[in-house]
Formats: sequence, C-alpha cells, structure tokens
Amino acid sequence: MSKLSVNHLLGIKGLQKEDIGIIFQTADHFKEVINRPIKKVPSLRDITIANLFFENSTRTKLSFEIAEKRLSADVLNFSSSNSSVKKGETLIDTVNNILSMKVDMVVMRHPNPGAANFLAKHVDAKIVNAGDGAHEHPTQALLDAFSIREKYGDLKGKNIIIVGDILHSRVALSNIFCLQKLGANVKVCGPLTLMPKYITSLGVEVITNLKEALNWCDVAIMLRIQLERQDLKLFPSLREYTMLYGVNKELLDSLDKEITIMHPGPINRGVEITSDVADSDQSIILNQVENGVAIRMAVLYLLAGQIE
Amino acid sequence: MEQNGRIILDHTQFNLTIKRLAHQLIENYNDFSDTVIIGLQPRGIYLSERIKSELLKINPSFNIQSGSLDVTFYRDDYRRQGNPLIPSKTELDFTVENKKIVLVDDVLYTGRTIRSGLDALLAFGRPKTVALLVLINRRYKRHLPIQADYIGKNVHSIDTERVIVSWKETDNKDEVILYTPKDE
Repeated sequence: MSKLSVNHLLGIKGLQKEDIGIIFQTADHFKEVINRPIKKVPSLRDITIANLFFENSTRTKLSFEIAEKRLSADVLNFSSSNSSVKKGETLIDTVNNILSMKVDMVVMRHPNPGAANFLAKHVDAKIVNAGDGAHEHPTQALLDAFSIREKYGDLKGKNIIIVGDILHSRVALSNIFCLQKLGANVKVCGPLTLMPKYITSLGVEVITNLKEALNWCDVAIMLRIQLERQDLKLFPSLREYTMLYGVNKELLDSLDKEITIMHPGPINRGVEITSDVADSDQSIILNQVENGVAIRMAVLYLLAGQIE
Repeated sequence: MEQNGRIILDHTQFNLTIKRLAHQLIENYNDFSDTVIIGLQPRGIYLSERIKSELLKINPSFNIQSGSLDVTFYRDDYRRQGNPLIPSKTELDFTVENKKIVLVDDVLYTGRTIRSGLDALLAFGRPKTVALLVLINRRYKRHLPIQADYIGKNVHSIDTERVIVSWKETDNKDEVILYTPKDE
C-alpha cells in the first residue's frame, strides 16, 4: 500500500519521483482494465467529481470524463461558455456553489496560471489541474512519460526534444519537470521568439536547428502552434514556421536513426507535422490518447483514496 | 505485541491437503474441459498454481485453463483503510462466459474478498458455475453469507488471532501457523 505525497494534483513540480512511480504502477493495472470486455470497475462509486472547464477542450475533457465513468464515479460537467461566469460570478463562488452540492473532487481547466493552486487553498475538495494557462498540465505530462516508458521500458538517459511553441505551452513545462524527474535528458527546439526567457534555468538547452535536434533525440514531442494564445506576431507566417520547424516524412527518413513522434493534440496537420508523419508507424499519438485514460484513472483513484 | 504461534499444517500435512483438494476437484470436474481455475491475488495464486500442477501430475492429459484475478478495484473497504490499496496483476486472457469456475484463495475469513472476486469475475463474462476452494477456512467469522465448497482445513479462531500461510515459493517453506496474541 502506498500513498501519494500530495493531496491534489496541481502540477508536476510538486510531485516526488516516487509519486510518479506509484501513478505509473497503478495506471498499468487500469490499462489492463480498460482493455477488458467490461471496462468498468466500481472503485469510486460513492465519489462525485465535477469537471470545470473554463476554457475549451475536447480530448482532455472527454478523457477525464471517461476515466471517471470507468471508475463508476458520478460526474458533473460544467463549461464556462454557458454558465453564470458570464454574469460575473467569481471563481471561488462558482466552485463553492458546486461543492455545496456535495462534490468530492474537482477537475479544472482555467485560462489563468495558478488557478488550480488558488482553488486548492480556498475550497475543500481534491483538485486535479487539467491545465492552467501557460503554467502546467500535469496529466498530459504523465501520460506522455508513461507512453515513452511503455515504448522504451525506462526513461533514464533517453533524449527527448520538445519542438515548437514552448512559450505558450503548459504541456512543455509539465513535460520538462516530469521527464527530468524520471532521468531523461530534455532539450527544446523552436524559433527563439517562442522560447521563454528563463528556459535555460530549468537545465534545458535550446536548439534552433530542427534537423540537428531530431538527430540528437530518441523521442520528439511536437507541440501545436497555439494561435489563440498569440497576441503578437512571433513569427512571420505559418508557412515559414512549417518550412523551418515542421516535420515531414522526407526529414524523418533522412535522420540517422528511427525516432518516435509524439503530439499532445489537437494536431494542425500540415503545420507542425504532416499527415504521413502523424499516421506513420513512428508516431505513438493514438497510444498517448489511450494511455491518457489509464493515467487519469490512476490519478483519480489515488487521490480519491485519500479523501477522509 | 508478543505472539504465540501454533503450527496447524506442517509441511507434510500441507502437501497432503493439496493432493486431497486436487482429487476432490477431479471427482466433480472430470477432465476439466470448460473449467477454469482462478487464483485470487495476491496470496491465492500460489495455491491455484499448486493445485494445477498437482492435477497435471495425476493426469498429464488434463487441459486446464487458469488465471489470476485482482479484486482491489472491487473491494468495499477502499478508502476505509487509510491508504489507497495498490492492486496486483490480473491475468485472464479469455472470457469466462459459460465456464465452470473454481475460485481459489488461501484463507476464507470475512468473505469480503470473495464477494469482491465474484464482482470482478463478472467483468469477464457470465460463468456457468462458480465454486470456492480455500486452504484454510476460519469458521464462524463470516460477515457475508459465503461458504467454501472445497476446504483444506477448518480452523476455529477468534478475531485477534491471525492465520499466516507460508509458501515455498516466497517464504521458503510450506506451513500454516495460527498466531494468538499473548495475554498480559
């Protein structure tokens, strides 16, 4: 029997390496469960979980919802686009109102960095951060690392490159924390205008040449160009970005070794990767989605186990 | 707390008991077609493996399907134990639809594990019949109306006593010991 060192999953930064190990070990079992003829277990039958999405999401929201349902939890869905948030209600008020309906856990996505930490301090429920602005997206990082572990057995000493818009990406930050904790070497690649100013203080080297970066790595995590988060024009055109930082089949075939391609989704096909790369044998994008359900089941199961 | 241990099955009795249980199964399951022996994780799997190899010793032509089942996610005491329960592996690479199941565990005590096991089994289909085989039956301690069909040994014990089954595979010897807390 083991227990996580945290009461909420707010970010990877606050996790111990052992916590990640416990989550992976539990997720292994849930992966077996979701491949059974009957994919549902009754573990969380007395738990109610609210999914609060103050920002759009398809994959993460569906993945959490299916994970909750596979664990037999009762699920409440909320999205800000059709709610009283539009009428000016504060975050704490919104959440406390929902908690008055006796909710045990909250899964939240919010456009503001730190929203999940703020909530954890002020409301009495287990909080799972499903993405807060450009800060963290811990379950995505966990499922990425889990997918790499599934393919290579261990992350220790593996070279992993994260390509694209690091500046606006919560996936990049959580992934850097997670992969480094597990002993992988992490570098980032992309135009300098899309690099955070203090990226090197995380022990992460920046490579600006894509081919050099891909030749160095075992795994490339391609990020989406987040057009909705760019107020300024940070590169001249999408076409130019694709020419310099897009991965296509010819580039992949010209490398010294066979690397693995990952993408957190949604893919802009033809921008950061071409369709033939996304659908090739080297891509494990759909495995990531399957593993996402197992990882989220593990996180919810372990946190729910700590409810008094 | 200091404890007194009393051996209730020594090495010889232990192995005779397993042989007897195997013969009892043969009486009821003939050639074991459509029969599956399932060990409950974590401690029932040693007994189910032992029974299986004993059956094959008796008749090597038996075609016996077997597997292991973890009941952690089906337990009713989840979140009542302080820490989350960490599961073990389930290995059932077939459905149990219309099969005759022999569920195997080391000790039958409150019956709650078996209840979870019956629930867990349903995730793999609708078995034709389910029977329960245990090495040790702690009588009069049931919380639920569950009884074993094949029993290695009945033990009368009180709540504060503990029954520990040791296996050659993990503990270097086959033995069952009943521990009684010492009176002050």
